[in-house]
Amino acid sequence: MALITENLVVLNLDSADRHAATRVLAQALADEGRVTDLDGFIADVRKREEQMATGLPGGIGIPHARSAYVTEPSLAFGRAPQGIDWGAEDGPATLIFLIAAPEGGGDDHLKILASLARRLMRTEFRESLMNAPDAAGVVDVVTREVVNP
Amino acid sequence: MKFVGVTSCPTGIAHTYMAAEGLEQAARAAGHTIEVETQGSAGFEKLSPESIAAADAVIFAVGVPVRERARFAGKPTIDADVKKAISDGPGLIARAVAAAEAEAANPTAAPAGSPAPGAAALATKVEQQASTGAHIRQWLMTGVSYMIPFVAAGGIMIALGFMLAQFFGGKNGPIVVTKLYSLIPPPDPNPTHIVNIAANFNPGDGMHWAALLFLVGAASFAFLVPILAGFIAFAIADRPGLTPGIVGGALAFTIGAGFLGGIAAGFIGGFTALWISRWKVPKGVRGIMPVVVIPLLSVLFTGFMMVVVLGRPLKALTDGLTSWLNGLTGTNLVVLGVILGLMMAFDLGGPVNKVAYTFATTGLVAAAGTTGSTNLKVMAAVMAAGMTPPLGLALATTIRRRLFSEPERENGQAAWLLGASFITEGAIPFAAADPLRVIPSCMAGSAVAGGLVMVFGNTLLAPHGGIWVLPLIGNPLLFLLAVAIGAVITAAAVIALKAAGPGPVKTDLDIAEAESAQVVTA
Repeated sequence: MALITENLVVLNLDSADRHAATRVLAQALADEGRVTDLDGFIADVRKREEQMATGLPGGIGIPHARSAYVTEPSLAFGRAPQGIDWGAEDGPATLIFLIAAPEGGGDDHLKILASLARRLMRTEFRESLMNAPDAAGVVDVVTREVVNP
Repeated sequence: MKFVGVTSCPTGIAHTYMAAEGLEQAARAAGHTIEVETQGSAGFEKLSPESIAAADAVIFAVGVPVRERARFAGKPTIDADVKKAISDGPGLIARAVAAAEAEAANPTAAPAGSPAPGAAALATKVEQQASTGAHIRQWLMTGVSYMIPFVAAGGIMIALGFMLAQFFGGKNGPIVVTKLYSLIPPPDPNPTHIVNIAANFNPGDGMHWAALLFLVGAASFAFLVPILAGFIAFAIADRPGLTPGIVGGALAFTIGAGFLGGIAAGFIGGFTALWISRWKVPKGVRGIMPVVVIPLLSVLFTGFMMVVVLGRPLKALTDGLTSWLNGLTGTNLVVLGVILGLMMAFDLGGPVNKVAYTFATTGLVAAAGTTGSTNLKVMAAVMAAGMTPPLGLALATTIRRRLFSEPERENGQAAWLLGASFITEGAIPFAAADPLRVIPSCMAGSAVAGGLVMVFGNTLLAPHGGIWVLPLIGNPLLFLLAVAIGAVITAAAVIALKAAGPGPVKTDLDIAEAESAQVVTA
């Protein structure tokens, strides 16, 4: 199954804070059947977030977790034009990547997430996501850059 | 320049790879190359030893400790948080360039084989500015402090084994427990009915529990000398010393050289490793110094010294002492008791001690079945002399605590039980830390105890067991009196020598010892 689908893209994420934003994206994963227990998964993400905030320079937030409630490696993507504080020093995040990895899972499954993480470091990749006209455009960018590079 | 790096993070699915990407981009932009090992969840492909050897510097950008960090020993190293590589890869690359240039300008700054700066190191007690004499005592004390837990664990288990054996096996239980059980399959046919505890342990059989305690305790004791030697060498040469020290100590144990042989192995291994690690070698060789060259050469040299150079004189000494002792039979028994006492305490389980002990047990076999014979008195004298060193030192640590270091005081508590059980090794930590003052004190007390046993005419039908074989001792109360007098003499002597001698090692080391004790128990 695909890493991301159009249903996992939220183009106008206007939540008040990162916890609310995480819940919106996690809900999308649950609706798609990729997360079996919404609250359990959110608790896992939150646990990771409490270890060290996952906001990064350049306006991105990457909440993520390996969780028993995740059925396959998935990415839920949100764009927050107004910005959501994600704990980064240089300001709020506008691109939110909720990365969900199954607890067990073979190495091959996780390699796609490694590849995604590496792409996040590339300015062109972030700009393409920022400028994608619609959900289908976001899925195109991810599929082109990460899934079938 | 060429770099290698390691990245990691708690979850291992995002930051690890972003940091790797950050480092690679920054290196490329600055005209360098870097290979990054991503220690994430998707498994990790190890950097090849060739890549590590060729690298000018190492960058650790991690959120959890680097796995197998020893591979990078001796390289200039940059330690940073994983987020740093994501937010400021160019800054880390610049730091790595500076570290590599500093190393190139002054290669001795980090001798090949020494742990990378910031590596989680084991504690040593060595202060750099100390005098040679203080250095030696600090090296010895480092070895001793790592050895003490093995003495305590092994000694107490053996003592408990004797205790249980006496409870379940009657008065001969402590003899049986050491003879009829093993951890390996017995010979076939099995004439002595040896039970393989590893294969046939029966929880309902008390003697099996006693044998289990005895055998596991003995396994712990097998590490006394290797650990002592290994950590003396470690104190001298840091990490490269550990391997030749431990191997040399194991050889000292195998050839029966005792703890004095172990101290020799520690010094030989330590200084060999220190010397080799200071060689100036071509850059290509530097990478394999810590993993191949230093261990290979230092172990080879230490092993050669222990086996070839030490082995022959040791054999000659053992043979000479044995025939001399055999020639003494028929002389005044009290004199013989004193001599045996001196020998038992001289090296506490080393070759001289073994000669006296073997002399006694050989006589015991010859005297089988009879009572009151000279041979049984010899056995009693030897056991009394072997019990006083730990007891005397336990007493000394109790009444004059301040004369002993913290690890010694802790060992003193276990030494009560060890001494009472005729486990002479309980005195080794004291003797190894301060041989010149402790060994003569032990010899004095043991000589008196050995002589007194002869005067009292005690006999003993068991080769070991201490107070757990009291029913097998003739006139047990007088025997205990001899042991008590010997222990008091040892305690008085060691207190007098330590109080009068030059500044005992513990005064300038109290703080370091407190820290090290925590490391030991951690």
